[in-house]
Amino acid sequence: MAELSYRDAVAAGLAQEMERDDTVYMIGEDIAAAGGVFKATPGLLERFGPRRVRDTPISEEAITGAAMGAAMTGLRPVAELMFSDFIATCWDIIANQIAKTRYMTDGQITLPLVIRTANGAGSRFGAQHSQSLENWAMAVPGLKVVAPSTPADVKGLLAASIRDDDPVMFFEHKSLYATKGDVPDGEHVEELGVAKVRREGSDATIVALAAMVPRALDAAERLAADGIDCTVIDVRSLVPLDTQTILGSVRSTSRLYTVEENPRLCGWGAEIASIVAEELFYDLDGPIVRITTPHVPLPAADALEDATLPTVERIYQTIKNSD
Amino acid sequence: MKGSAHVFDQGSLSGDPLSILDQAGRLVAGYEVDGDDLRRLYESMVWIRTYDRKATAMQLQGRLATYSPFFGQEACQIGSVAALADGDWLAGTYRDAGAMWFRGYSWERLFLGRTGDERGGQPAEDVTVMPPSITVGGHMVHAVGLSWAEKMKGSGKIALTMFGEGATSEGDFHEAMNFAGVFHTPTVFFCQNNQYAISAPREIQTASDSIAQKALAYGMVGYLVNGNDVLAVREVTAAAAERARNGDGPSLIEAITYRRGPHTTADDPTKYRTSQEEDLWTERDPLERVRAYLADAGLWDEPWQTELEEAAGVAVETAVGAAEALPKLDAGNFFDAVFENPNPTLSDEKAAAARRLELGEA
Repeated sequence: MAELSYRDAVAAGLAQEMERDDTVYMIGEDIAAAGGVFKATPGLLERFGPRRVRDTPISEEAITGAAMGAAMTGLRPVAELMFSDFIATCWDIIANQIAKTRYMTDGQITLPLVIRTANGAGSRFGAQHSQSLENWAMAVPGLKVVAPSTPADVKGLLAASIRDDDPVMFFEHKSLYATKGDVPDGEHVEELGVAKVRREGSDATIVALAAMVPRALDAAERLAADGIDCTVIDVRSLVPLDTQTILGSVRSTSRLYTVEENPRLCGWGAEIASIVAEELFYDLDGPIVRITTPHVPLPAADALEDATLPTVERIYQTIKNSD
Repeated sequence: MKGSAHVFDQGSLSGDPLSILDQAGRLVAGYEVDGDDLRRLYESMVWIRTYDRKATAMQLQGRLATYSPFFGQEACQIGSVAALADGDWLAGTYRDAGAMWFRGYSWERLFLGRTGDERGGQPAEDVTVMPPSITVGGHMVHAVGLSWAEKMKGSGKIALTMFGEGATSEGDFHEAMNFAGVFHTPTVFFCQNNQYAISAPREIQTASDSIAQKALAYGMVGYLVNGNDVLAVREVTAAAAERARNGDGPSLIEAITYRRGPHTTADDPTKYRTSQEEDLWTERDPLERVRAYLADAGLWDEPWQTELEEAAGVAVETAVGAAEALPKLDAGNFFDAVFENPNPTLSDEKAAAARRLELGEA
């Protein structure tokens, strides 16, 4: 085990796969010479050269569209969109082209590509640079959607995404880039579509994603001190979604809370709540409760951004005070 | 301006950028200068450089969330908008605070925006300046809409949009230019080619010899101008604005300049460019050539320079003080700003957020 930061784990995952497979290459804005604006790709230009680590013009539609074209020929491109908010500038390519081409060719064309992007709040970048858009991607049939919460998962899930034959939207969380954690030595590959139980408890199940996972874990520690013992599940992948782990846990705890950074309406937790309500209605001891960002554009000011996102305090209070 | 005015009417797509005042502060043959007029332009450039320095320092002190300096681009900032008339629109970027200020967007609001306060995104009632575009490129299309509407109204007003060479790689650029050409809108596209889009040099944005030459494909006039020469910048912009106002359609101006500072205060330019290159552009500074001309003509001295910098410094400090003294936004403000009429879901969420803020939790 070596301790790596979340951002270093991005570079480590990319390096592992580029070393292993010379059809893997990277394109994006400021990823090469500058090492990425979030410093997640330093050293890769020097190690793999400008043919495989390419800086591009400011053209998100061309970045994703060219990745799609290259993937059709059998390459495994990893495209970076600097901020997830910019998927809106190339949504035709992602939602209409990349997501649907396999289906529209009756499975003839596969698109083994990954779109990495910096998602989420915490950096006070305001309404157009802080959004959590994993639920947009989740709503489009044909896309896989992954959002890691730890450095080990960044490396392992990024490797799995690159090896996957379908297009994967890989949401890295801005506010986690500086966090650190142990990453297994040597080759590390996780499996897509498998949730991870981060904490076991018998009284309630908390389901969280990305930056909300450490907050849910902190809240669970405080709840444990009050005698409420929670399971915390890191969803890790929204598509495919590991319903079995979630249903299995709720079956035993009989309570479900989701902690979501995306705005409330049609957030990913609504889908999980719906599945649990359908499958386990008679096992539940109380209403399913979603703890989310309100349905507002994110404020840029630090205090207001903090008050808008689900906090440890809010998770703790909501669960402690629920019926 | 006297002399080769016809050059400005015809446009110039490549070759040497149009210039009036050279690097050493000497007039290009054929031009005359009104000393008082040039002193006013110089004064504005000193003022915005003072603002830029202060804002950069404030970001480093943690008083602004982020800041994108326009240091080195002052001739573009002032020369372009100095050619506009009352009521004309300006749609610029996060790096165009100098031009926005010249058109009446107050420094107080510019500072406020950069502290993360959404009130900074509100131009005053009589100010026809759009709030700065934070995402790259979308505002170029807005300028087409602004000017198209003015054309339909027959107001005689026009719109000028400022953007960097990096933004010309976005699809928005093509669509804005094409729309403007097809609908013959009174739009001035003003590209500040400052050589870098964060770390990406001009060479990787386009394989064209120039950006100005792209005008040809959209059926409009293009200009390649020395963007560090405030007189030349104003002259080409005035020619483009006049054509727009006369119903002769849109123009594209490429002003060659240099972003002497970083992309933002979070960026380190030493990773992607050389100090020799930076030195070259220090010699081409847009203020220094004007100062040299004025000094040579007996229209500049140290006391005046000091006076300008002090006056600008006081104005900037006053704006900072006013911005920092405003009562802070609370949760109610941003919930209320989402829709014209509140809806029940949001009202419930607003009440919950207000309770949380009162609890002081975060």
